[in-house]
Amino acid sequence: MQLARVLGSVVATEKASGLDGIRFLMIQPLDKYQRPAGGTVVAADAVAMAGQGELVYFVSSREAAEALPERFVPVDHAVVGIVDQIHLGEEE
Amino acid sequence: MKFGSVVGTVVSTINIPLLDDHRLLVCDIQDISGAVSGYTIAVDVVDAGPGDIVLILDEGTSARQILGRDWGAIRAVVVGIVDELVVDSASLL
Repeated sequence: MQLARVLGSVVATEKASGLDGIRFLMIQPLDKYQRPAGGTVVAADAVAMAGQGELVYFVSSREAAEALPERFVPVDHAVVGIVDQIHLGEEE
Repeated sequence: MKFGSVVGTVVSTINIPLLDDHRLLVCDIQDISGAVSGYTIAVDVVDAGPGDIVLILDEGTSARQILGRDWGAIRAVVVGIVDELVVDSASLL
């Protein structure tokens, strides 16, 4: 899983079957210091409550579809959690 | 599996139910010289913590097998804590 910042939401009326009812988010993948890393991607929102500006983590590839209620859907990135805090280093 | 080190933890209360019972670790992915080629957020099943050198599995079917379930959006799992790395008869840790 990787970190990402939610930039906004994506609305599409015409979709492949199986994608109905799924929220899509435009996300910017981040490195561990929360700096942008790579291009933006559209991800399904598996927690159904991630909003613009939030720090989230997402899963890629085949496992993304596993995060959704219907598991055999054409999805390649899915937001699976919202980050409260990140602790880097050994202070914990 | 990939080789790396735990550099931090992620605290998250809103997530998919599968992740409710598991700690999430921020892990650098490294080569044998220690050079970092990226990072991943991995589920911990071995009680690893920051500072530990670890083995990271990054494949979904194996990850689900470790958690004992046949579905779920999980891919990266910390599956071992490395005690020693020996290359060409030399210990590198």
